[in-house]
Amino acid sequence: MSRQSLAKAHQKIQELSWEPVYHEPYMKYGTDYTFRKAAKKDPLKQVLRSYFPMQEEKDNRVYGASDGAIRGNMFRQVQERWLEWQKLFLSIIPLPEISAARSMPMLFQAVPNPELHNGQAIQMIDEVRHSTIQQNLKRLYMNNYIDPAGFNNTLRNFHSDYCGTIGRQFAEGFITGDAITAASIYLTIVAETAFTNTLFVAMPAEAAANGDYLLPTVFHSVQSDESRHISNGYATLLMALSDEDNRQLLERDLRYAWWNNHRVVDAAIGTFIEYGTKDRRKDRESYAEMWRRWIYDDYYRAYLLPLEKYGLVIPHDLVEESWNQIWNKGYVHEVAQFFATGWLANYWRIDGMTDEDFEWFEYKYPGWYDKYGKWWENYNRLAKPNGHHPIVAEDVDYVYPHRCWTCMVPCLVREDMVVDKVDGQWRTYCHEACRWTDAEAFRPTYQGRETPNMGKLVGHREWETLYHGWNWADVVSDMGFVRDDGKTMTAQPHLDLDPKKMWTLDHLRRMPHVASPNVILNEMSDAEREAFVADYNRQGPAGRPADATS
Amino acid sequence: MTSTEERPERSVPKPVFTDAEAGAKEFPDSGPSARRYNYFKPAKRKQTHYEDVTVEVQPDPRHYLSQGWIYGFADGSRGYPLTWTKLKAWGVDEPEPERGPGSGGKHVEDWPAHGWHEFRDPNEEWELTMYRYNANVVRQVTQNVENARNAKAFDQWTPNWVRFVERNVGAWMHIEHILGLYVFAACNRSGPTNMHNTAMAVNSEHKIRFAQDLALYNLTLTEEIEGFDGSAHIDAWNNDAEWQGVRKVVEEITAIEDDWGEMIFATNIVFEPLIGELFRSNLVMQSAAGHGDYVTPTVMGSGEYDYAQRDLRWTVAAFAPLTQDREFADHNKELFNGWLSKWVPKCLEAARTMQPMWSQPDAKPPRFEDALDRAKSRFSAILTDLGLETPKELNQ
Repeated sequence: MSRQSLAKAHQKIQELSWEPVYHEPYMKYGTDYTFRKAAKKDPLKQVLRSYFPMQEEKDNRVYGASDGAIRGNMFRQVQERWLEWQKLFLSIIPLPEISAARSMPMLFQAVPNPELHNGQAIQMIDEVRHSTIQQNLKRLYMNNYIDPAGFNNTLRNFHSDYCGTIGRQFAEGFITGDAITAASIYLTIVAETAFTNTLFVAMPAEAAANGDYLLPTVFHSVQSDESRHISNGYATLLMALSDEDNRQLLERDLRYAWWNNHRVVDAAIGTFIEYGTKDRRKDRESYAEMWRRWIYDDYYRAYLLPLEKYGLVIPHDLVEESWNQIWNKGYVHEVAQFFATGWLANYWRIDGMTDEDFEWFEYKYPGWYDKYGKWWENYNRLAKPNGHHPIVAEDVDYVYPHRCWTCMVPCLVREDMVVDKVDGQWRTYCHEACRWTDAEAFRPTYQGRETPNMGKLVGHREWETLYHGWNWADVVSDMGFVRDDGKTMTAQPHLDLDPKKMWTLDHLRRMPHVASPNVILNEMSDAEREAFVADYNRQGPAGRPADATS
Repeated sequence: MTSTEERPERSVPKPVFTDAEAGAKEFPDSGPSARRYNYFKPAKRKQTHYEDVTVEVQPDPRHYLSQGWIYGFADGSRGYPLTWTKLKAWGVDEPEPERGPGSGGKHVEDWPAHGWHEFRDPNEEWELTMYRYNANVVRQVTQNVENARNAKAFDQWTPNWVRFVERNVGAWMHIEHILGLYVFAACNRSGPTNMHNTAMAVNSEHKIRFAQDLALYNLTLTEEIEGFDGSAHIDAWNNDAEWQGVRKVVEEITAIEDDWGEMIFATNIVFEPLIGELFRSNLVMQSAAGHGDYVTPTVMGSGEYDYAQRDLRWTVAAFAPLTQDREFADHNKELFNGWLSKWVPKCLEAARTMQPMWSQPDAKPPRFEDALDRAKSRFSAILTDLGLETPKELNQ
């Protein structure tokens, strides 16, 4: 920056604000929100003359650290248990990041305040940074970590894998449908302000504890940009709140965005942090403790609650229910167990839990062993091929779950599962809040109000549908989750890289065929379906059959 | 006497030797050939770093997106519809794979599924390059301006030139800003591949940065030159007849209905050579030296370099293959020619409304007609690179 002060410079660039005279720009993206031209200022107060050198300096530090990690043989100390989960995480995250860049012009059009557009444009540039720097980090892992499989076919995997599809909500949700719902409430107000804390702060800390200091280097650098984006969201939210007509939509969108972020982010990041770590110090925070600090206290109590006085209707019930799911209903443990059940449908290796892990879980989550311990012992017993099937096809007191049509995470807290016939199809939902999202929120009318710009939930939302009736070996082969010998699977339920201990397509041939729970649900009579729901609601915890718990 | 308190041992994670580095064991996929992204075909023999960080980040249902897009707009469109421009690349009329119960993934067998995916930005822009480039530009511009300020270089300017810079150089910032935000940034949601959208985002950065460079230069001049009116550019932009034709065209480009291809074409192929370079190179940069101004050309020159060396390059690389497309060459040429017929007269008319500016400086630049001829000649050369004929409208 020259001698001009940043404040003065920022004030000067406001003279660039454009009021069209001859032609209005084409409005490609609609919103049902209305905005008065409220006098909200650009909260970023950033000018590109200082922004570019600042970002270049941040880059220099990141790439310097990357270079140092390679020269210092960081990978001699990296825990494979940890880095395997990065095959999933880093396949997902570059798309949400670049989608955030793509969403910014939706806000240029929807928010009629040219002053805010400067901040949104800078966010767009930041997001291009995040996407490509993360894609580059993954490339570095692929080149230097012992097992490149899963990194090397990363985006093909992500696009065709059910976990990837769950993750894609955290991308398509930013860029599709009502512009404010997507790019402001879902992206900046909830995803960035609340959940990037666990994504980009809590998770990197866990990476460092597992010998990986590159993830913290990259993601803390990314997180230093997020604070700017949070300011963007806040300014737009205050503008929206100034119009009474928006309050009903804000209430709807906060409920949807909060619940969906909880379902998706807590499922993934909770699993990485709790089941991807080897750091079992008793005084290190559990995911539940992190969540309580980062999300409940820092976001809900410090950020959301003060907005109540401006008329924002806060989904207190869903915030408390999210905590209830994590603390009392074992949401993260149920998800991790499901990931491990379906290891063969994915593209990373999942390490089993050991006695040390059991002890830590029992300490942090009293009662954990009684619920999940036996199943993880079975997982270890069945980890290496020895004439048996992968665990999903063995009798280990686990009922394969139905998927939630909305968040696409399976309905793992069995008592909460609900069904509904929506758009002529019977669908299962993991919770009433997800049923509401599909059946009521994402509709062209909401509580009698026309919402013509609201998006739709579309696509083949149940992965198993595509492979209904297929042999498992063909499924894995079709998805491309196979190593370069043409038969050894990319995924493994253990970390042993001895080829004799690794599962191949041949081991899958004798398994029962894949069956789509949703296809089967839609073939049921009304009476069969009612019985199915009653039985399902009595299942669990840890996926146990109803009889085993009654 | 001081005493040292015993502190309890700090709880820290313990480093563990895991030997998890490449090459530590042999197993399927452990070899060097497994250490490359293998889900796309590189444009050349060896895949580039740029390709690795951009290609396929934006999914395509015709490639691997087996469950399809999962969110839709109210009208049913989803993802990045290929119909958001009327331009076509080979393969786009082939139906998307129909997936359903028991269909399997139906992944692409011969990547890519259509011609849009063949585009690569010749500038190979990603985050590392864009920050290095733009940081260098702002450093250089800042140093130039600062050096001129220290040398009292602005004292040499004639009053007439001061007026010219405060009104006309100042007015140009609005054009860069509008194009940066409401054309290039706006279109970065619309392109068919991540490579297109990233190139548009980077183009947007150049424009927005250049607009701000001009605004901050204007601020410096306000501080350094007595009587320099830092708000005159707003009056010129809003009221001067010389600027209203250009403003009309720029605003009309932002109003193009639902076609990112036409927006980018109208801006980088038609507007920029016929008006942008006409003003920046053939008026401002040619006139300045005669008025003792060696600074303004360096500020303007940074924007000129953005366009001439980078933004035009990617645009030609994106559009030229479409005129040779194995399936839709005629369709695309017809569209391009239609856009030329539409935008060339508008730009020429706007250029002519700018003509009085050529008379304003004391030291006259090359004649307007000569400048326009140069711009037209440059424009024709660009069309040749694209495989298009010069339109008859250029003779107006």
